[in-house]
Amino acid sequence: MASTEYTGELERPPQHAARRYGRALAIEALGPLTALGGLVWSVAQPYRLTLLHPRGEGLWSLAVQPPLLVVLVGLVFALAIAPGILEDLEASRSED
Amino acid sequence: MQPRAEIVHWLFASGFLLLGLCLLAEAIVGTAVWRRRRWRAYLWPSLAFAIGLFLVPVMVFFTSSTLHMLAHGAWAQVAMLAGATQLALVRGKLRSRWWTLVVSLALLVSGAAFLIHEQNPWLFSRAAFLHHALGWTAIGAAVFPLGQILRPRSPVWTGGFALTFVAIAVLLFADRDLAPIFGHLSEVARASAQP
Repeated sequence: MASTEYTGELERPPQHAARRYGRALAIEALGPLTALGGLVWSVAQPYRLTLLHPRGEGLWSLAVQPPLLVVLVGLVFALAIAPGILEDLEASRSED
Repeated sequence: MQPRAEIVHWLFASGFLLLGLCLLAEAIVGTAVWRRRRWRAYLWPSLAFAIGLFLVPVMVFFTSSTLHMLAHGAWAQVAMLAGATQLALVRGKLRSRWWTLVVSLALLVSGAAFLIHEQNPWLFSRAAFLHHALGWTAIGAAVFPLGQILRPRSPVWTGGFALTFVAIAVLLFADRDLAPIFGHLSEVARASAQP
């Protein structure tokens, strides 16, 4: 019984670190995966990118197409939101 | 210069996708890390309030039917209500976590509005299918805020709530003004789209 408790104490820190690493990886991956989803969509349905073959569409139809929007959202998250979260995750780790 | 309805839906889908990613990030790192920067704590309530605010011009300018106008108006009001109560909770003006039930109310009202204002069956057209799917998604997701109140640390509720917005974004991105769904497109829908 005592040895089980002792082993548990020893194993907790690496598990904790692995969980934190997994969280950081997930945050890092969210934006690029979203942008990748938009890229895959634009390859699967290239006609959605009216910018590449304009046929007299208006500005709205040229600029606002779902694959482009998905890529844009992924980039905004990856460049504007994720870095701060990763910094704070690291800071909370060093405080523990 | 007024954009087509599908373009407005795609723009809202972008907002919902960003909201979903932020909520997912909060579910992953936990509320304590997420709120280490003050502006992040206000992000989701502000986005919810802004989505409600942007729905007001949609209500005013896209008046294809009275039912559409009433549905857009209902969404605008409940989205702003949910955003405002969450802002008050973050700011400390409201203290009871039971105020989070307002988000459940907003989802229930939004889901009901989707289902009530869609008069056609599921396979009438893609738009009809998406209205039904969005309605039931919102109604089903109303359980997540309740779960968050009862078990705030459970990733099931926070993750489920976040993924709800990602699912709503995917459904809105799939919208077209006139398109078939699983090969079905009603002749009535086709005829009504003819100029």
